[in-house]
Amino acid sequence: MSERGNRFGRLLSWDAAVVLVTVIVLVVASGAVENFGTSRNFTFLLLDLLPIALVALPMTFIIVTGEIDLSVASTLGLTSAVMGSLWDAGLSIETIIPLCVVLGAVLGALNGFFVTVLKLPSLAVTIGTLALYRGLAFVVLGDGAVADFPRDYTSWVTGTIGDGPIPNVLIPLVVVALIFGVVLHATPIGRGVFAAGAGEQAARFAGIRTGRLKFWLYVVSGAVAGLAGVLWTLRYSSARADNGFGLELAVVAAVLLGGVSIFGGKGTLPGVLAGVVLLASLQNALRLQDVSNEALNIVTGVLLIVSVLLPNIVSSARDSVRRRRQAVSPER
Amino acid sequence: MTATKEATVTPGRTVHERRSWAANVFKARESGIVLALVVLVAFTATQNSRFLSGQSIRDILLGTAILAVLAVGQAVVMITRNIDLSVGSVLGLSAFAVGTLMKDNPGLPVIVAVLAGLAAGAVCGLLNGALVRFGQVPALVVTLGTLYAFRGVSYFWAGGQQINADKLPASFLDFGTASVLGVPWLVLIALLVLVVAGIVLRSYPAGRELYAMGSSPQAAQLAGIRVGRNTIAAFLVSGALAGLAGVLFAARFGTVDAAAGTGYELNVVAAAVVGGVAVFGGSGSVWGAGLGALLLTVIGSALAVLDINQFWQQAIVGALILLAIGADRLVAVRVAKALKKRDSHV
Repeated sequence: MSERGNRFGRLLSWDAAVVLVTVIVLVVASGAVENFGTSRNFTFLLLDLLPIALVALPMTFIIVTGEIDLSVASTLGLTSAVMGSLWDAGLSIETIIPLCVVLGAVLGALNGFFVTVLKLPSLAVTIGTLALYRGLAFVVLGDGAVADFPRDYTSWVTGTIGDGPIPNVLIPLVVVALIFGVVLHATPIGRGVFAAGAGEQAARFAGIRTGRLKFWLYVVSGAVAGLAGVLWTLRYSSARADNGFGLELAVVAAVLLGGVSIFGGKGTLPGVLAGVVLLASLQNALRLQDVSNEALNIVTGVLLIVSVLLPNIVSSARDSVRRRRQAVSPER
Repeated sequence: MTATKEATVTPGRTVHERRSWAANVFKARESGIVLALVVLVAFTATQNSRFLSGQSIRDILLGTAILAVLAVGQAVVMITRNIDLSVGSVLGLSAFAVGTLMKDNPGLPVIVAVLAGLAAGAVCGLLNGALVRFGQVPALVVTLGTLYAFRGVSYFWAGGQQINADKLPASFLDFGTASVLGVPWLVLIALLVLVVAGIVLRSYPAGRELYAMGSSPQAAQLAGIRVGRNTIAAFLVSGALAGLAGVLFAARFGTVDAAAGTGYELNVVAAAVVGGVAVFGGSGSVWGAGLGALLLTVIGSALAVLDINQFWQQAIVGALILLAIGADRLVAVRVAKALKKRDSHV
């Protein structure tokens, strides 16, 4: 049935709808919200969505396999705290950055170990490491901050290409996103990810080593969160233990908004990126309207719930329409 | 899997019939926490005698009371194979609502505050339950969403203002500190919640149905258990208890702002998980959750007494969650193996 939904069905597909809504929000906000359409704000918008987008890439893989990683924001915070204390200790920034990414990968590997080797539920494991990593971040750096990072690096992260509105850091993000997109949608690894999410046992019978696959997904997720921690620290020129606090919500919200099923097995990376842009633009537009950061939580929370509810409502509505049609013409 | 879980739910009844009483006590999930508590208290007391002073014990009990009320609600939800991450926000919302109510109407008796808190929490819980039940979406996502949405409502409502103790009626603040025969009111209320929930879960059909749902939702449905209704009821209980915890919070601290209870959900889930409530439902007890709450509070207090950086507390909470679910897994695998062995001899 869904195959026969053909072109009309695809036009109505979730990711297409999200892209459409995103475009509408961008157009309406540019017209209605003062300063939203300025090139300066555009730069800030892109800088704001960068960490969400970055962390959302591996998160998409993990949720498609039917697991979750709630520890990403704490990994970002711990990386940032370690970055600060290493810089204080006098290491060079060129040594610190790769070390931080490796640290992220190690933290991710610990998640992966608990989930795939000990076979513990990923939700419980990553709630545990959410607390553990954030706690360690405070143990490392306390509630102070390290701020004197080299200007070359901080100004590159906040700077734009030429005099235009495009931030420098968008280039590596686009490259990384392309790599993730190709891997997910055009390689055996990506097919394995979808297969593991659709039915773990069937995937294993088909020769996919789901445990090993998931383990490496957690390692990548940790490494990317570590990289996000580095970029976050450089962007705000401030290493703090509470950096990125609560970011896991925005990331999970964006991924689900982008059409990835929380039950696994379904989703596209372009949809997720549209979800990230939608979430970030809405927040940005509301903030320009002087809506407080905290009140924005309502928007994020409601968006998260709606994005998981709506597909269910739509599909059950479709089912009832189909049933009624079949009742009218039983010969079909 | 189901069999092993049932076996651990009612130790001494089914599988362990032939084992000695002592072996059962040793095997009970709660014994590990009790042991950890005894060791921790003994060690801390030898390092600093201040730890066992009346004031210190009182603080620990008051802290435990609030956390235990939340953990009981969390246990009820987790037993049904769901989770309620919104409890910290519900606590904050209810604390602010009750604080505002008492500030504006100083003549109101305390019982009205308690009922108002329960009601505010119940409304939030009902919303969670209805979204999970009718939306057919995982509780994790729903309550992660409402965690932020309820907190947003608090901020929206409070708008940066704070309710201070000097604006609250004395009767309400007394309720937070007064005691009966040396036991603080807050502790009595927490004990009452524990006992009622413990008895209902253990001995009444309504309670047993929750375990059945958590062990196997399909089987429960086939057995005629009204899964949807029970799910809503479980979230209602959790929400109402979080609301009650909000009242206790406001009465104890006297100062409430929109951020009250931020991050509590982590400690609450930790208390339940450390207390032996399985994240995938079907097993655990509110006694365990209460003990978990006590352990976490004692750890916090011990860190302060031992002059260890308070920042360690959150890291320890995280490590405890990992340890607890790891140990739980180990026990489950052991029991499953033992059952297999025994069955092969029959």
